[in-house]
Amino acid sequence: MSITDMTAVEVAAAIRAGKMTAVEAAEAMLARIEEQDKRYNCYVTVDRAGALAQAREVQAKIRAGELTGPLAGVPVAVKDNMCTEGLLTTCSSKILGNFVPAYTAEAVLKLKEAGAVILGKTNMDEFAMGSTTETSAYGVTRNPWNTGHVPGGSSGGSAAAVAAGECCYALGSDTGGSIRQPASYCGVVGMKPTYGTVSRYGLIAYGSSLDQIGPLTKDVTDCAAVLEAIASHDEKDSTSVERQDTDFTSALVEDVKGMRIGIPNDYLGDGLDEEVKAAVLKAAADLEGKGAVVERFDLSLVEYAIPTYYTIAAAEASSNLERFDGIKYGYRTEAYAGLHSMYKKSRSEGFGEEVKRRIMLGSFVLSSGYYDAYYLKALRVKALIKKAFDEAFAKYDVILGPVAPTTAPELGYSLLDPIRMYLGDIYTIAVNLAGLPGISLPCGIDKNGLPIGLQLIGDCFQEKKLIQTAYTYERLRGGFPSGKDQEINSPEPDEKEECRHE
Amino acid sequence: MANIISDETIEYVGILAKLELSAEEKEQAKADMGRMLDYIDKLGELDTTGVEPLSHVFPVQNVFREDVVTNSDMREELLGNAPEQKDGMFMVPRTFE
Repeated sequence: MSITDMTAVEVAAAIRAGKMTAVEAAEAMLARIEEQDKRYNCYVTVDRAGALAQAREVQAKIRAGELTGPLAGVPVAVKDNMCTEGLLTTCSSKILGNFVPAYTAEAVLKLKEAGAVILGKTNMDEFAMGSTTETSAYGVTRNPWNTGHVPGGSSGGSAAAVAAGECCYALGSDTGGSIRQPASYCGVVGMKPTYGTVSRYGLIAYGSSLDQIGPLTKDVTDCAAVLEAIASHDEKDSTSVERQDTDFTSALVEDVKGMRIGIPNDYLGDGLDEEVKAAVLKAAADLEGKGAVVERFDLSLVEYAIPTYYTIAAAEASSNLERFDGIKYGYRTEAYAGLHSMYKKSRSEGFGEEVKRRIMLGSFVLSSGYYDAYYLKALRVKALIKKAFDEAFAKYDVILGPVAPTTAPELGYSLLDPIRMYLGDIYTIAVNLAGLPGISLPCGIDKNGLPIGLQLIGDCFQEKKLIQTAYTYERLRGGFPSGKDQEINSPEPDEKEECRHE
Repeated sequence: MANIISDETIEYVGILAKLELSAEEKEQAKADMGRMLDYIDKLGELDTTGVEPLSHVFPVQNVFREDVVTNSDMREELLGNAPEQKDGMFMVPRTFE
Protein backbone atom coordinates (compact mmCIF):
# COMPACT_ATOMS: atom_id res chain seq x y z
CA MET A 1 0.00 0.00 0.00
CA SER A 2 1.25 3.48 -0.88
CA ILE A 3 1.94 5.85 1.99
CA THR A 4 -0.55 8.31 0.51
CA ASP A 5 -3.31 5.77 1.21
CA MET A 6 -2.24 5.04 4.80
CA THR A 7 -3.50 6.67 7.97
CA ALA A 8 -1.08 8.50 10.29
CA VAL A 9 -1.14 5.70 12.84
CA GLU A 10 -0.44 3.12 10.09
CA VAL A 11 2.51 5.14 8.79
CA ALA A 12 3.97 5.43 12.30
CA ALA A 13 3.55 1.66 12.82
CA ALA A 14 5.34 0.94 9.54
CA ILE A 15 8.21 3.23 10.56
CA ARG A 16 8.42 1.61 13.99
CA ALA A 17 8.50 -1.83 12.37
CA GLY A 18 11.34 -0.71 10.10
CA LYS A 19 9.25 -1.14 6.92
CA MET A 20 9.90 2.47 5.98
CA THR A 21 11.83 5.39 7.43
CA ALA A 22 10.59 8.82 8.43
CA VAL A 23 12.77 10.22 5.66
CA GLU A 24 11.10 8.00 3.06
CA ALA A 25 7.69 9.03 4.39
CA ALA A 26 8.57 12.73 4.10
CA GLU A 27 10.06 12.26 0.63
CA ALA A 28 6.94 10.46 -0.58
CA MET A 29 4.71 13.24 0.71
CA LEU A 30 6.90 15.98 -0.79
CA ALA A 31 6.83 14.17 -4.14
CA ARG A 32 3.06 13.96 -3.94
CA ILE A 33 2.84 17.71 -3.18
CA GLU A 34 5.21 18.48 -6.04
CA GLU A 35 3.11 16.44 -8.43
CA GLN A 36 -0.37 17.45 -7.30
CA ASP A 37 -0.47 20.75 -5.49
CA LYS A 38 -0.67 22.80 -8.66
CA ARG A 39 -4.17 21.37 -9.02
CA TYR A 40 -5.34 21.97 -5.48
CA ASN A 41 -3.18 24.75 -3.97
CA CYS A 42 -3.43 23.28 -0.46
CA TYR A 43 -0.15 24.82 0.67
CA VAL A 44 0.98 28.43 1.02
CA THR A 45 4.49 27.32 1.95
CA VAL A 46 6.21 23.96 1.48
CA ASP A 47 9.28 23.48 3.67
CA ARG A 48 11.12 20.79 1.72
CA ALA A 49 14.54 21.21 3.28
CA GLY A 50 13.18 21.68 6.78
CA ALA A 51 10.94 18.61 6.51
CA LEU A 52 13.78 16.38 5.37
CA ALA A 53 16.06 17.66 8.14
CA GLN A 54 13.35 17.03 10.75
CA ALA A 55 12.71 13.56 9.30
CA ARG A 56 16.38 12.60 9.62
CA GLU A 57 16.46 13.81 13.21
CA VAL A 58 13.22 12.02 14.11
CA GLN A 59 14.36 8.80 12.42
CA ALA A 60 17.54 8.81 14.52
CA LYS A 61 15.48 9.22 17.69
CA ILE A 62 13.11 6.42 16.67
CA ARG A 63 16.08 4.16 16.00
CA ALA A 64 17.57 5.07 19.38
CA GLY A 65 14.28 4.21 21.07
CA GLU A 66 13.72 7.78 22.27
CA LEU A 67 10.55 8.28 20.21
CA THR A 68 7.99 5.51 20.46
CA GLY A 69 4.61 7.28 20.21
CA PRO A 70 1.81 6.58 17.71
CA LEU A 71 2.67 9.57 15.51
CA ALA A 72 6.49 9.42 15.51
CA GLY A 73 7.93 10.10 12.06
CA VAL A 74 4.60 10.99 10.44
CA PRO A 75 4.45 14.00 8.07
CA VAL A 76 1.89 16.67 8.99
CA ALA A 77 0.61 19.93 7.49
CA VAL A 78 -0.10 22.96 9.69
CA LYS A 79 -2.65 25.69 9.01
CA ASP A 80 -0.91 28.95 8.20
CA ASN A 81 -2.29 30.79 11.24
CA MET A 82 -0.06 28.87 13.66
CA CYS A 83 3.38 30.33 14.26
CA THR A 84 6.34 28.20 13.23
CA GLU A 85 9.80 29.41 14.17
CA GLY A 86 11.84 30.36 11.13
CA LEU A 87 9.05 29.38 8.72
CA LEU A 88 6.87 31.94 6.94
CA THR A 89 3.43 32.32 8.59
CA THR A 90 1.06 34.42 6.50
CA CYS A 91 -2.47 33.75 7.79
CA SER A 92 -3.15 33.82 4.02
CA SER A 93 -2.99 37.61 4.24
CA LYS A 94 -0.91 40.16 2.37
CA ILE A 95 -0.34 41.98 5.65
CA LEU A 96 1.74 39.02 6.93
CA GLY A 97 3.26 38.19 3.55
CA ASN A 98 6.81 38.35 4.93
CA PHE A 99 6.27 37.35 8.58
CA VAL A 100 8.75 34.80 9.95
CA PRO A 101 7.89 34.00 13.58
CA ALA A 102 10.58 33.84 16.26
CA TYR A 103 8.73 31.08 18.11
CA THR A 104 6.50 28.06 17.52
CA ALA A 105 2.86 27.66 18.57
CA GLU A 106 2.40 25.36 21.58
CA ALA A 107 0.16 22.90 19.68
CA VAL A 108 2.82 22.54 16.99
CA LEU A 109 5.52 22.08 19.65
CA LYS A 110 3.43 19.27 21.16
CA LEU A 111 3.33 17.56 17.76
CA LYS A 112 7.07 17.96 17.38
CA GLU A 113 7.58 16.35 20.78
CA ALA A 114 5.51 13.44 19.44
CA GLY A 115 7.90 13.15 16.49
CA ALA A 116 5.88 14.89 13.79
CA VAL A 117 7.58 16.09 10.60
CA ILE A 118 6.16 19.42 9.41
CA LEU A 119 5.79 19.54 5.64
CA GLY A 120 4.55 23.10 5.36
CA LYS A 121 1.78 25.57 5.97
CA THR A 122 -1.69 25.22 4.52
CA ASN A 123 -3.92 27.75 2.82
CA MET A 124 -6.93 29.22 4.59
CA ASP A 125 -9.42 32.04 4.43
CA GLU A 126 -7.57 35.25 5.28
CA PHE A 127 -7.29 35.41 9.10
CA ALA A 128 -9.70 32.43 9.17
CA MET A 129 -12.56 34.73 8.11
CA GLY A 130 -14.56 32.79 5.57
CA SER A 131 -16.09 29.40 4.90
CA THR A 132 -14.57 28.50 1.54
CA THR A 133 -10.80 29.30 1.51
CA GLU A 134 -11.59 31.77 -1.28
CA THR A 135 -10.62 34.86 0.73
CA SER A 136 -6.94 33.81 0.84
CA ALA A 137 -4.49 36.34 -0.59
CA TYR A 138 -2.61 33.37 -2.09
CA GLY A 139 -5.24 31.89 -4.39
CA VAL A 140 -8.16 29.56 -3.79
CA THR A 141 -7.78 25.96 -2.71
CA ARG A 142 -9.74 23.42 -4.76
CA ASN A 143 -11.69 20.45 -3.48
CA PRO A 144 -9.90 17.19 -4.38
CA TRP A 145 -13.29 15.50 -4.92
CA ASN A 146 -14.07 17.98 -7.67
CA THR A 147 -11.77 20.88 -8.48
CA GLY A 148 -14.73 23.03 -9.56
CA HIS A 149 -15.88 23.13 -5.93
CA VAL A 150 -14.55 24.78 -2.76
CA PRO A 151 -12.90 22.69 -0.03
CA GLY A 152 -14.76 24.63 2.66
CA GLY A 153 -13.05 26.82 5.18
CA SER A 154 -11.44 28.39 6.83
CA SER A 155 -9.12 25.34 7.29
CA GLY A 156 -9.69 24.40 3.61
CA GLY A 157 -6.02 23.87 2.78
CA SER A 158 -5.61 21.46 5.70
CA ALA A 159 -8.76 19.46 4.83
CA ALA A 160 -7.91 19.32 1.12
CA ALA A 161 -4.30 18.29 1.85
CA VAL A 162 -5.53 15.32 3.95
CA ALA A 163 -8.09 14.37 1.28
CA ALA A 164 -5.56 14.65 -1.56
CA GLY A 165 -2.94 12.56 0.22
CA GLU A 166 -0.58 15.56 0.45
CA CYS A 167 -0.03 14.95 4.18
CA CYS A 168 -0.96 12.16 6.60
CA TYR A 169 -2.92 14.53 8.84
CA ALA A 170 -3.17 18.24 9.50
CA LEU A 171 -3.87 20.83 12.15
CA GLY A 172 -6.68 23.32 11.68
CA SER A 173 -8.44 25.89 13.83
CA ASP A 174 -12.18 26.25 14.39
CA THR A 175 -13.87 29.53 15.36
CA GLY A 176 -17.34 28.86 13.92
CA GLY A 177 -16.94 25.54 12.12
CA SER A 178 -13.60 26.06 10.38
CA ILE A 179 -12.38 22.49 11.04
CA ARG A 180 -15.66 20.56 10.90
CA GLN A 181 -17.12 22.13 7.75
CA PRO A 182 -14.05 21.69 5.47
CA ALA A 183 -13.66 18.15 6.87
CA SER A 184 -17.25 17.51 5.78
CA TYR A 185 -16.75 19.03 2.31
CA CYS A 186 -13.53 17.04 1.75
CA GLY A 187 -14.67 13.69 3.17
CA VAL A 188 -12.24 13.56 6.11
CA VAL A 189 -12.54 13.59 9.91
CA GLY A 190 -12.24 16.89 11.79
CA MET A 191 -12.61 17.70 15.45
CA LYS A 192 -13.01 20.90 17.43
CA PRO A 193 -12.17 20.09 21.06
CA THR A 194 -13.71 21.70 24.15
CA TYR A 195 -12.60 25.34 24.47
CA GLY A 196 -9.31 25.47 26.39
CA THR A 197 -8.22 21.87 25.64
CA VAL A 198 -5.48 22.83 23.15
CA SER A 199 -3.28 25.85 23.87
CA ARG A 200 -3.87 28.86 21.63
CA TYR A 201 -0.37 30.20 22.31
CA GLY A 202 1.09 31.06 18.90
CA LEU A 203 -2.26 30.79 17.11
CA ILE A 204 -2.87 34.13 15.40
CA ALA A 205 -6.06 35.27 17.11
CA TYR A 206 -9.38 35.86 15.35
CA GLY A 207 -12.20 35.43 17.90
CA SER A 208 -10.35 34.57 21.08
CA SER A 209 -13.39 33.38 23.05
CA LEU A 210 -14.25 30.96 20.23
CA ASP A 211 -10.94 29.85 18.62
CA GLN A 212 -9.75 26.31 19.20
CA ILE A 213 -7.10 24.20 17.43
CA GLY A 214 -7.91 20.63 16.40
CA PRO A 215 -7.03 17.72 14.09
CA LEU A 216 -8.03 16.95 10.50
CA THR A 217 -7.39 13.27 9.80
CA LYS A 218 -8.24 10.30 7.61
CA ASP A 219 -10.11 8.43 10.31
CA VAL A 220 -11.33 8.56 13.91
CA THR A 221 -8.35 6.60 15.26
CA ASP A 222 -5.94 9.21 13.91
CA CYS A 223 -8.18 11.97 15.26
CA ALA A 224 -7.99 10.56 18.80
CA ALA A 225 -4.21 10.04 18.57
CA VAL A 226 -3.57 13.59 17.33
CA LEU A 227 -5.88 15.17 19.91
CA GLU A 228 -4.12 13.19 22.64
CA ALA A 229 -0.78 14.59 21.42
CA ILE A 230 -1.81 18.25 21.23
CA ALA A 231 -4.05 18.59 24.32
CA SER A 232 -2.12 20.25 27.12
CA HIS A 233 -2.40 22.70 29.96
CA ASP A 234 -0.33 25.73 29.05
CA GLU A 235 0.46 28.63 31.37
CA LYS A 236 1.10 30.80 28.33
CA ASP A 237 -2.60 30.65 27.41
CA SER A 238 -4.71 31.98 30.27
CA THR A 239 -7.80 30.20 28.93
CA SER A 240 -6.05 26.83 28.88
CA VAL A 241 -7.85 24.23 31.00
CA GLU A 242 -6.11 21.65 33.17
CA ARG A 243 -7.55 18.24 32.25
CA GLN A 244 -6.66 14.78 33.47
CA ASP A 245 -8.76 12.89 30.91
CA THR A 246 -6.76 13.44 27.74
CA ASP A 247 -6.11 9.75 27.01
CA PHE A 248 -8.50 10.04 24.08
CA THR A 249 -7.35 6.87 22.31
CA SER A 250 -8.80 4.85 25.21
CA ALA A 251 -12.23 5.82 23.84
CA LEU A 252 -11.67 3.97 20.55
CA VAL A 253 -14.22 1.37 21.59
CA GLU A 254 -16.87 -0.13 19.33
CA ASP A 255 -19.90 0.17 21.56
CA VAL A 256 -22.86 2.55 21.71
CA LYS A 257 -25.21 0.39 23.78
CA GLY A 258 -27.34 2.73 25.85
CA MET A 259 -25.68 5.87 24.42
CA ARG A 260 -28.38 8.55 24.46
CA ILE A 261 -28.33 10.41 21.14
CA GLY A 262 -30.53 13.46 20.49
CA ILE A 263 -31.28 14.83 17.03
CA PRO A 264 -32.44 18.47 17.13
CA ASN A 265 -35.54 18.93 14.96
CA ASP A 266 -34.21 22.45 14.35
CA TYR A 267 -31.21 20.89 12.53
CA LEU A 268 -33.42 19.12 10.01
CA GLY A 269 -35.61 22.00 8.89
CA ASP A 270 -35.70 24.47 6.00
CA GLY A 271 -32.56 24.88 3.97
CA LEU A 272 -31.21 21.39 4.61
CA ASP A 273 -30.48 19.47 1.43
CA GLU A 274 -32.60 16.29 1.16
CA GLU A 275 -29.65 14.04 0.37
CA VAL A 276 -27.68 15.39 3.33
CA LYS A 277 -30.70 14.86 5.58
CA ALA A 278 -31.20 11.28 4.37
CA ALA A 279 -27.52 10.38 4.90
CA VAL A 280 -27.46 11.86 8.41
CA LEU A 281 -30.69 10.08 9.44
CA LYS A 282 -29.34 6.83 8.00
CA ALA A 283 -26.24 7.20 10.20
CA ALA A 284 -28.50 7.77 13.23
CA ALA A 285 -30.50 4.64 12.36
CA ASP A 286 -27.28 2.64 12.04
CA LEU A 287 -26.23 3.73 15.54
CA GLU A 288 -29.70 2.90 16.85
CA GLY A 289 -29.28 -0.56 15.35
CA LYS A 290 -26.15 -0.97 17.48
CA GLY A 291 -28.03 -0.20 20.68
CA ALA A 292 -27.95 3.60 20.93
CA VAL A 293 -31.12 5.30 22.16
CA VAL A 294 -31.97 7.84 19.47
CA GLU A 295 -34.59 10.57 19.93
CA ARG A 296 -35.66 13.80 18.26
CA PHE A 297 -35.93 16.96 20.36
CA ASP A 298 -36.23 20.73 20.09
CA LEU A 299 -32.95 22.49 20.84
CA SER A 300 -34.39 25.98 20.24
CA LEU A 301 -32.60 29.30 19.51
CA VAL A 302 -30.80 27.79 16.50
CA GLU A 303 -31.60 30.73 14.21
CA TYR A 304 -30.08 33.17 16.72
CA ALA A 305 -26.66 31.53 16.74
CA ILE A 306 -25.40 33.15 13.52
CA PRO A 307 -26.23 36.79 14.37
CA THR A 308 -24.82 36.22 17.88
CA TYR A 309 -21.66 34.73 16.46
CA TYR A 310 -21.02 37.43 13.87
CA THR A 311 -21.44 40.16 16.48
CA ILE A 312 -19.04 38.56 18.95
CA ALA A 313 -16.51 37.31 16.38
CA ALA A 314 -16.41 40.67 14.57
CA ALA A 315 -15.98 42.53 17.87
CA GLU A 316 -13.11 40.29 18.95
CA ALA A 317 -11.56 40.41 15.48
CA SER A 318 -11.58 44.21 15.39
CA SER A 319 -9.76 44.22 18.71
CA ASN A 320 -7.32 41.37 17.90
CA LEU A 321 -6.38 42.78 14.52
CA GLU A 322 -5.43 46.18 15.95
CA ARG A 323 -1.92 44.78 16.37
CA PHE A 324 -1.32 44.90 12.61
CA ASP A 325 -0.04 48.44 12.43
CA GLY A 326 2.97 48.27 10.11
CA ILE A 327 5.51 48.81 12.89
CA LYS A 328 6.83 45.63 14.49
CA TYR A 329 6.12 43.14 11.71
CA GLY A 330 4.17 42.71 8.54
CA TYR A 331 3.33 44.99 5.66
CA ARG A 332 3.97 48.74 5.71
CA THR A 333 2.66 51.01 2.97
CA GLU A 334 5.15 52.74 0.66
CA ALA A 335 3.95 56.32 0.87
CA TYR A 336 2.31 58.04 3.81
CA ALA A 337 2.05 61.38 5.57
CA GLY A 338 2.62 60.87 9.28
CA LEU A 339 1.88 58.11 11.76
CA HIS A 340 -1.90 57.81 11.41
CA SER A 341 -1.74 57.85 7.65
CA MET A 342 0.84 55.04 7.84
CA TYR A 343 -1.43 52.96 10.09
CA LYS A 344 -4.49 53.47 7.93
CA LYS A 345 -2.81 52.92 4.58
CA SER A 346 -0.85 49.86 5.73
CA ARG A 347 -4.00 48.24 7.09
CA SER A 348 -6.22 49.20 4.16
CA GLU A 349 -3.72 47.88 1.61
CA GLY A 350 -2.74 44.83 3.69
CA PHE A 351 -6.16 43.44 4.63
CA GLY A 352 -8.59 41.88 2.18
CA GLU A 353 -12.25 42.69 1.71
CA GLU A 354 -13.83 40.17 4.10
CA VAL A 355 -11.36 41.04 6.87
CA LYS A 356 -12.09 44.76 6.50
CA ARG A 357 -15.83 44.05 6.49
CA ARG A 358 -15.57 42.26 9.84
CA ILE A 359 -13.23 44.84 11.39
CA MET A 360 -15.69 47.60 10.43
CA LEU A 361 -18.66 45.70 11.86
CA GLY A 362 -16.72 44.85 15.01
CA SER A 363 -15.61 48.45 15.53
CA PHE A 364 -19.22 49.56 15.14
CA VAL A 365 -20.78 47.09 17.61
CA LEU A 366 -18.13 48.01 20.20
CA SER A 367 -18.50 51.77 19.74
CA SER A 368 -20.09 53.85 22.46
CA GLY A 369 -23.82 54.12 21.97
CA TYR A 370 -24.03 50.70 20.28
CA TYR A 371 -22.05 48.50 22.70
CA ASP A 372 -25.07 47.61 24.88
CA ALA A 373 -27.52 47.18 22.03
CA TYR A 374 -25.30 44.92 19.96
CA TYR A 375 -22.28 43.49 21.79
CA LEU A 376 -23.80 42.99 25.25
CA LYS A 377 -27.04 41.79 23.70
CA ALA A 378 -25.09 39.10 21.81
CA LEU A 379 -23.33 38.02 25.03
CA ARG A 380 -26.74 37.68 26.72
CA VAL A 381 -28.07 35.55 23.86
CA LYS A 382 -24.89 33.50 24.07
CA ALA A 383 -25.84 32.73 27.70
CA LEU A 384 -29.28 31.55 26.54
CA ILE A 385 -27.72 29.34 23.85
CA LYS A 386 -25.37 27.81 26.41
CA LYS A 387 -28.36 27.10 28.67
CA ALA A 388 -30.25 25.40 25.82
CA PHE A 389 -27.28 23.04 25.35
CA ASP A 390 -27.03 22.42 29.11
CA GLU A 391 -30.66 21.32 29.09
CA ALA A 392 -30.08 19.07 26.08
CA PHE A 393 -27.05 17.41 27.68
CA ALA A 394 -29.07 16.67 30.80
CA LYS A 395 -31.00 14.26 28.54
CA TYR A 396 -28.45 13.16 25.94
CA ASP A 397 -24.82 12.04 25.76
CA VAL A 398 -24.41 13.15 22.18
CA ILE A 399 -26.24 15.50 19.81
CA LEU A 400 -26.28 14.28 16.21
CA GLY A 401 -26.95 16.30 13.06
CA PRO A 402 -25.53 17.51 9.76
CA VAL A 403 -22.31 19.57 9.60
CA ALA A 404 -23.53 21.88 6.86
CA PRO A 405 -26.84 22.31 4.99
CA THR A 406 -25.32 21.22 1.67
CA THR A 407 -22.24 19.55 0.22
CA ALA A 408 -19.37 21.74 -1.11
CA PRO A 409 -20.63 24.63 -3.26
CA GLU A 410 -19.05 25.57 -6.55
CA LEU A 411 -16.15 28.01 -6.54
CA GLY A 412 -17.32 31.63 -6.55
CA TYR A 413 -20.89 30.91 -5.44
CA SER A 414 -20.50 31.92 -1.78
CA LEU A 415 -18.57 35.12 -2.47
CA LEU A 416 -21.56 36.68 -4.22
CA ASP A 417 -23.47 37.02 -0.96
CA PRO A 418 -21.71 37.12 2.43
CA ILE A 419 -24.90 36.48 4.41
CA ARG A 420 -25.63 33.36 2.38
CA MET A 421 -22.10 32.15 3.17
CA TYR A 422 -22.65 32.89 6.87
CA LEU A 423 -25.88 30.83 6.82
CA GLY A 424 -23.85 27.77 5.82
CA ASP A 425 -22.41 27.77 9.36
CA ILE A 426 -25.80 27.33 11.04
CA TYR A 427 -25.12 23.85 12.50
CA THR A 428 -21.52 24.40 13.56
CA ILE A 429 -21.47 27.89 15.03
CA ALA A 430 -23.41 27.36 18.28
CA VAL A 431 -20.85 24.73 19.31
CA ASN A 432 -18.17 27.45 19.49
CA LEU A 433 -20.44 29.86 21.34
CA ALA A 434 -21.05 27.21 24.01
CA GLY A 435 -17.41 26.01 24.09
CA LEU A 436 -18.44 22.43 23.24
CA PRO A 437 -16.51 19.69 21.42
CA GLY A 438 -17.75 18.60 17.98
CA ILE A 439 -16.57 16.06 15.43
CA SER A 440 -17.31 15.78 11.72
CA LEU A 441 -16.97 12.51 9.81
CA PRO A 442 -18.07 11.31 6.38
CA CYS A 443 -21.47 9.55 6.18
CA GLY A 444 -22.34 9.50 2.50
CA ILE A 445 -21.84 10.81 -1.03
CA ASP A 446 -24.41 12.89 -2.90
CA LYS A 447 -25.50 12.49 -6.51
CA ASN A 448 -22.81 14.93 -7.63
CA GLY A 449 -20.15 12.70 -6.13
CA LEU A 450 -19.39 15.01 -3.18
CA PRO A 451 -19.01 13.79 0.41
CA ILE A 452 -21.60 14.41 3.14
CA GLY A 453 -20.58 15.04 6.76
CA LEU A 454 -22.12 13.82 10.01
CA GLN A 455 -21.66 16.02 13.08
CA LEU A 456 -21.62 14.74 16.65
CA ILE A 457 -21.63 17.30 19.46
CA GLY A 458 -20.81 16.56 23.09
CA ASP A 459 -21.04 18.37 26.38
CA CYS A 460 -17.90 20.18 27.55
CA PHE A 461 -15.04 17.73 28.26
CA GLN A 462 -16.98 14.79 26.75
CA GLU A 463 -14.72 14.22 23.74
CA LYS A 464 -14.47 10.56 24.66
CA LYS A 465 -18.19 10.00 24.11
CA LEU A 466 -17.84 11.63 20.70
CA ILE A 467 -14.81 9.53 19.79
CA GLN A 468 -16.52 6.33 20.93
CA THR A 469 -19.71 7.10 18.98
CA ALA A 470 -17.79 8.25 15.90
CA TYR A 471 -15.52 5.21 16.01
CA THR A 472 -18.49 2.84 16.31
CA TYR A 473 -20.22 4.54 13.39
CA GLU A 474 -17.05 4.44 11.30
CA ARG A 475 -16.77 0.68 11.84
CA LEU A 476 -20.41 0.23 10.87
CA ARG A 477 -20.04 2.40 7.81
CA GLY A 478 -16.91 0.66 6.60
CA GLY A 479 -14.20 2.18 4.41
CA PHE A 480 -14.85 5.54 2.79
CA PRO A 481 -13.30 6.63 -0.51
CA SER A 482 -10.69 9.40 -0.34
CA GLY A 483 -10.66 12.62 -2.31
CA LYS A 484 -7.43 11.40 -3.87
CA ASP A 485 -9.31 8.58 -5.63
CA GLN A 486 -11.65 11.07 -7.29
CA GLU A 487 -8.94 12.87 -9.25
CA ILE A 488 -9.98 11.12 -12.39
CA ASN A 489 -13.41 12.78 -12.17
CA SER A 490 -12.00 16.26 -11.77
CA PRO A 491 -11.31 18.56 -14.66
CA GLU A 492 -7.79 20.00 -14.77
CA PRO A 493 -8.03 23.53 -13.38
CA ASP A 494 -7.19 26.00 -16.12
CA GLU A 495 -5.69 28.67 -13.96
CA LYS A 496 -3.67 28.74 -10.79
CA GLU A 497 -2.22 31.86 -9.33
CA GLU A 498 1.47 31.35 -8.96
CA CYS A 499 2.10 32.86 -5.58
CA ARG A 500 3.37 30.08 -3.40
CA HIS A 501 6.47 30.77 -1.35
CA GLU A 502 9.16 28.11 -1.27
CA MET B 1 -33.15 47.85 4.57
CA ALA B 2 -34.05 49.00 8.07
CA ASN B 3 -30.58 50.16 9.05
CA ILE B 4 -29.36 53.09 6.96
CA ILE B 5 -25.71 53.79 7.63
CA SER B 6 -24.82 57.45 7.16
CA ASP B 7 -21.61 58.83 5.67
CA GLU B 8 -20.75 60.21 9.11
CA THR B 9 -21.07 56.77 10.70
CA ILE B 10 -18.83 55.11 8.12
CA GLU B 11 -16.33 57.92 8.52
CA TYR B 12 -16.37 57.47 12.32
CA VAL B 13 -16.10 53.67 12.17
CA GLY B 14 -13.20 54.06 9.71
CA ILE B 15 -11.39 56.17 12.33
CA LEU B 16 -12.04 53.56 15.06
CA ALA B 17 -10.98 50.71 12.78
CA LYS B 18 -7.93 52.61 11.45
CA LEU B 19 -8.99 51.89 7.89
CA GLU B 20 -8.97 54.28 4.95
CA LEU B 21 -11.68 53.32 2.49
CA SER B 22 -12.02 54.58 -1.06
CA ALA B 23 -15.31 56.24 -2.07
CA GLU B 24 -16.41 53.01 -3.67
CA GLU B 25 -15.42 50.92 -0.65
CA LYS B 26 -17.35 53.30 1.60
CA GLU B 27 -20.56 52.79 -0.38
CA GLN B 28 -20.04 49.02 -0.25
CA ALA B 29 -19.31 49.16 3.49
CA LYS B 30 -22.50 51.17 4.11
CA ALA B 31 -24.58 48.59 2.28
CA ASP B 32 -22.80 45.59 3.89
CA MET B 33 -23.03 46.96 7.40
CA GLY B 34 -26.68 47.90 6.96
CA ARG B 35 -27.52 44.38 5.82
CA MET B 36 -25.54 42.77 8.65
CA LEU B 37 -27.20 44.99 11.25
CA ASP B 38 -30.65 44.17 9.83
CA TYR B 39 -29.73 40.55 10.30
CA ILE B 40 -28.27 41.03 13.78
CA ASP B 41 -31.40 42.96 14.81
CA LYS B 42 -33.09 39.55 14.91
CA LEU B 43 -31.58 39.21 18.39
CA GLY B 44 -34.03 41.93 19.48
CA GLU B 45 -36.82 39.33 19.24
CA LEU B 46 -35.43 37.64 22.35
CA ASP B 47 -36.21 38.93 25.81
CA THR B 48 -32.90 38.93 27.65
CA THR B 49 -34.03 40.89 30.70
CA GLY B 50 -32.11 39.66 33.72
CA VAL B 51 -29.75 37.48 31.65
CA GLU B 52 -26.10 38.09 32.56
CA PRO B 53 -23.79 38.58 29.54
CA LEU B 54 -21.65 35.43 29.13
CA SER B 55 -18.13 36.31 28.06
CA HIS B 56 -16.41 33.09 29.08
CA VAL B 57 -18.06 29.67 28.99
CA PHE B 58 -16.25 28.39 32.08
CA PRO B 59 -16.20 30.12 35.46
CA VAL B 60 -12.50 31.01 35.26
CA GLN B 61 -10.99 33.99 36.98
CA ASN B 62 -7.85 35.91 36.14
CA VAL B 63 -4.92 33.56 35.82
CA PHE B 64 -1.68 34.83 37.29
CA ARG B 65 1.88 33.59 37.14
CA GLU B 66 5.16 34.89 38.48
CA ASP B 67 6.67 37.63 36.36
CA VAL B 68 9.87 35.83 35.44
CA VAL B 69 11.57 35.69 32.07
CA THR B 70 11.41 32.20 30.59
CA ASN B 71 12.29 32.86 26.95
CA SER B 72 15.64 33.78 25.47
CA ASP B 73 16.67 37.14 24.04
CA MET B 74 15.16 37.04 20.55
CA ARG B 75 16.00 40.63 19.72
CA GLU B 76 17.53 39.97 16.30
CA GLU B 77 14.76 37.63 15.16
CA LEU B 78 12.06 40.03 16.32
CA LEU B 79 13.67 43.08 14.77
CA GLY B 80 14.15 41.07 11.61
CA ASN B 81 10.41 41.24 10.98
CA ALA B 82 10.20 45.02 11.31
CA PRO B 83 9.45 46.96 8.11
CA GLU B 84 12.13 49.46 9.18
CA GLN B 85 14.69 49.34 11.96
CA LYS B 86 17.65 51.40 13.06
CA ASP B 87 20.25 50.89 15.80
CA GLY B 88 18.33 47.97 17.30
CA MET B 89 15.06 49.88 17.41
CA PHE B 90 11.81 49.95 15.43
CA MET B 91 11.64 52.93 13.06
CA VAL B 92 8.33 54.78 13.12
CA PRO B 93 7.15 57.90 11.31
CA ARG B 94 7.63 61.18 13.16
CA THR B 95 4.89 61.28 15.81
CA PHE B 96 5.03 64.95 16.75
CA GLU B 97 6.34 68.10 15.19
